[in-house]
Amino acid sequence: MQIKAMTNNNIVYMTLQGEIDEHSAERARREADRLIDEYAAAESAVIDLSGVSFMDSTGIGFLIGRYKRFRRFGIPVYVTNLTQSTDKILEMSGVYTLIPKI
Amino acid sequence: MENYMKLEIAAISENESFARSAVAAFALSLNPTLNDLSDIKTAVSEAVTNCVVHAYGSKSARDKITIECRTKEEDGFGVIHITVTDSGCGIDDVEQATAPFYTTLPSEERSGMGFTIMQTFMDEFSVRSAKNEGTQVCMSKRIGWVKNGEIRELADA
Repeated sequence: MQIKAMTNNNIVYMTLQGEIDEHSAERARREADRLIDEYAAAESAVIDLSGVSFMDSTGIGFLIGRYKRFRRFGIPVYVTNLTQSTDKILEMSGVYTLIPKI
Repeated sequence: MENYMKLEIAAISENESFARSAVAAFALSLNPTLNDLSDIKTAVSEAVTNCVVHAYGSKSARDKITIECRTKEEDGFGVIHITVTDSGCGIDDVEQATAPFYTTLPSEERSGMGFTIMQTFMDEFSVRSAKNEGTQVCMSKRIGWVKNGEIRELADA
């Protein structure tokens, strides 16, 4: 799992690339949280999931955990560019009520 | 065409990706859609993760997970039957454990959706568990069954 972040007009864009499962999640959490703290002055955040080739329920916990971290800084979070399988998991778990899909 | 495989792996998280990929590769003979394959990989990943995290709760490569798969033709459809078995701590209350959002480890960002995903993504699902003896998850999926208007597409082998 690779995570990159950049800002444009006070929006932080976080890009995830690879597979999110129990094995990859711990390192991904640390890296994402480091980037969230680095971009804490942003007004909103968009997590781009187009590069996520696999996600199981670990991804639900991962996204809600990052949502909580962004919220500490008052930053609303959105997800975008989901694959069909990722969308299916997030839709059924109700994640979009916290993290809207754009 | 009937086929069978049995896979025994160490109960460590490194093997989650291998396990789901191996089962998906075995299912290819049924000519599944990409959606079918994705569902199977996700369900297997959930079952194996449960063994690693909950059944054994350790990083020991001595703990083992057994995955058995059978493919056969039933009523004109290809079907894959998958069982994932561990010899871990067992589940106290299966009904509670399989309820959506129930988790014994909320502090670790667990969503409690693993069993719900297995139930939703597969056509048949059951859990048998005995305290301190282990747990067996059985799942089946009909391949090529057009559900919710989804159009069948060919998987890349």
